[in-house]
Amino acid sequence: MTTSMQGQVALVTGATRGIGKAIALQLVAQGVKVIGTATTDSGAASISDYLGDHGEGLSLNVADEANIQAVLAHIDSHYGQLDILVNNAGITRDNLLMRMKDDEWDSVLDTNLKSVFRLCKGVMRGMMKRRSGRIINISSVVGTTGNPGQTNYCAAKAGLVGFTKALAKEIAARGITVNCVAPGFIDTDMTKSLTDDQKQAIFSNIPAARLGQPEEIAAAVVFLASPGAAYITGETIHVNGGMAMI
Amino acid sequence: MSTIEERVKKIIIEQLGVKEEEVKPEASFENDLGADSLDTVELVMALEEEFETEIPDEEAEKIKTVQTAIDYIKNHAS
Repeated sequence: MTTSMQGQVALVTGATRGIGKAIALQLVAQGVKVIGTATTDSGAASISDYLGDHGEGLSLNVADEANIQAVLAHIDSHYGQLDILVNNAGITRDNLLMRMKDDEWDSVLDTNLKSVFRLCKGVMRGMMKRRSGRIINISSVVGTTGNPGQTNYCAAKAGLVGFTKALAKEIAARGITVNCVAPGFIDTDMTKSLTDDQKQAIFSNIPAARLGQPEEIAAAVVFLASPGAAYITGETIHVNGGMAMI
Repeated sequence: MSTIEERVKKIIIEQLGVKEEEVKPEASFENDLGADSLDTVELVMALEEEFETEIPDEEAEKIKTVQTAIDYIKNHAS
């Protein structure tokens, strides 16, 4: 068994900032070439800046099938392989169910769940042929615990866990693992929008009594991508400071 | 240059790890040659690459025996 990830190629969606950026940087530290995606050209440029010679940023709307195919074709022609797929891109459109619009539901499900179906399908042929591959889906603690105002987000994040288990069973015999990392409350733009009162309420439920750092999620992702995790599949690793022990 | 039939059979032998004498025309991949559904998907992928063609999903689902594979390629390969 090789113990190095040197020379592998990874695709990380939603890599402009926060958890995705931390994942990209930690993969680079392991010698992995990283293609990070952003929803905007300026975001893609900022990814290219921080990756330097270790990869590049690309613009990708994960809800757009043609766009996904174009990015995968680019990776194929420029890098020739894809060893690691990290489905990290995600959005929130919070609303109480009684007020939730169809488009709030659809956009969250499309971006957070359907995109993962499409991306996994897109990378499957290459990984099957090489008899190796790592897929890591970023779920969320609220996919397990629920959170008021987030029926759409919680459904998508719980959906990822079921999707992960089913796909893991389909392709385990081909040397490909599929796992989730489920962050708790992490110090990112997504949680910065919380009010101080909301944060206090959350802290009272976190034994670690603090927000997690993006790097602490990235560490779990890198572990699942590493050769040492080859026998772990269909699993969800919760990284949440003890707020939910599942 | 091998015939289409020989090339298809060679791929079936490689992909499914079966013996040449088992690859009879009427042999079913799943019932006779021990393939599971994913093996069959991979077999179709291998045929697509060998013959540089793209087999649509609804056609791929009909390729269940050695003969249906040979027939499909004969009718569609350039």
